[in-house]
Amino acid sequence: MLELLSFGPNGWGGQLLLGTAMTIAVAVSAFAFGIVVGSLGASAKLSHGVALNVLADVYTTIVRGIPELLVIYLLFFGGSGVATSIAQAFGYDGRVDLNAFTIGVLAVGLISGAYSTEVIRGAVQSVPFGQIEAARACGMGRWLILRRVLVPQTLRFALPGLGNVWQLTLKDTALVSVTALAELMRVTHLAAGATREPFLFYSAAAVLYLLLTTVSTALFARAEQSANRGVRRA
Amino acid sequence: MNWQLMWDSLPRMLGGLSLTLQLIVGSLSLGALVAFAVALLRLSGNRLVEGLAAAYVFVFRGTPLLVQIFLVYYGLGQFEFIRDSILWPFLREPYWCAILALTLNTGAYTSEVLRGAILSVPQGQVEAARACGMSRALAFRRIVLPVAIRQMLPAYGNEVILMVKATSLASTITLMEVTGIARRMIAQTFAVFELFIVAGIIYLALNFIATRLIKFAEWRLTPYLRARA
Repeated sequence: MLELLSFGPNGWGGQLLLGTAMTIAVAVSAFAFGIVVGSLGASAKLSHGVALNVLADVYTTIVRGIPELLVIYLLFFGGSGVATSIAQAFGYDGRVDLNAFTIGVLAVGLISGAYSTEVIRGAVQSVPFGQIEAARACGMGRWLILRRVLVPQTLRFALPGLGNVWQLTLKDTALVSVTALAELMRVTHLAAGATREPFLFYSAAAVLYLLLTTVSTALFARAEQSANRGVRRA
Repeated sequence: MNWQLMWDSLPRMLGGLSLTLQLIVGSLSLGALVAFAVALLRLSGNRLVEGLAAAYVFVFRGTPLLVQIFLVYYGLGQFEFIRDSILWPFLREPYWCAILALTLNTGAYTSEVLRGAILSVPQGQVEAARACGMSRALAFRRIVLPVAIRQMLPAYGNEVILMVKATSLASTITLMEVTGIARRMIAQTFAVFELFIVAGIIYLALNFIATRLIKFAEWRLTPYLRARA
């Protein structure tokens, strides 16, 4: 029975590995997209414009309050339509079809971004304001302060929270399988159906996901250690 | 925006609300029992039992809920001895499979919340209770548990919201709760945004109510923090 998991011609091992690679690709892209969205969201929440504040609040409340599956369906069924109308607004008159990978990254990235927004906002707020004042007093400009004072420390404060967001994002990629993108969950589903060994294959998928979460937990712990190397411990 | 369609879709969507609510209430209440048992096992002091409980928590927190649901729904039915057991009338129903998977999932997360809360109860309070002559069990029941439950409520509120959202995954094993109905109606009408908004509002309302209930429980359990009239 275990030869079903092997890499031979009758085994699904190669397929499962490819699926795992696709899962990692979706998770990493979505997480990166989420951090971009999160940074924009956090700056909107911290800005003094009321409209921006409300917009960012609406975004995080809605995305964190409705099921991830609904967001994925929204982009799966509606993403190409929106992309087409945006392209038409720029004078392109054809149909734009987003592929399953793009849809997956956009959907999971938007969900990840809502959680990242809160993490990054909290991290920015925990940089003591005196440091910004001191930097200003030294004659630094806005961008220099952002680059030399705010961003490095925000990164350090945000790392533990972003680690949690990464775990959520990684697990949310399993939902992208409903769009038939050949990531780990989808490949497992196909293998389970073809071989009639669902328990074996879903267990294998569970082990692979556990491996991914365990390894990435260790990586984030390492990153935290190196980010905090300049901090004196009590 | 097709307002008429949104309005007309509402009764059909709300038809799935009862199933969604059953999944939420069922899995949360059973999950609380599992969490309580697992948290006690993890604090039992027996190495083997602690290891087993920790392994359960590790597996269920480290894998996607979808894998767990499919493992229960498709995986268990593969075995002869399960099909012959008295549990089969339950495990063959997607409804009970969803409840089982959701229960085990929330049980793992909640047990960690509860364990942290139990550990956060100051040791001095336990000592004081023991000094008053309470047995360990009585001190746990009267002192540790009430303090811990008060302590865990904010974190538990997050878990409740996650569970409200997690019930949507039951639609992947043919259950027609709110998300399942929304998906089917989207495929029929292609009114993606309208139906997304209606389904989204239902979930937002559920989560709003859930957070209010948790806030109310917090208020009830902390009378000493209220200003005296």
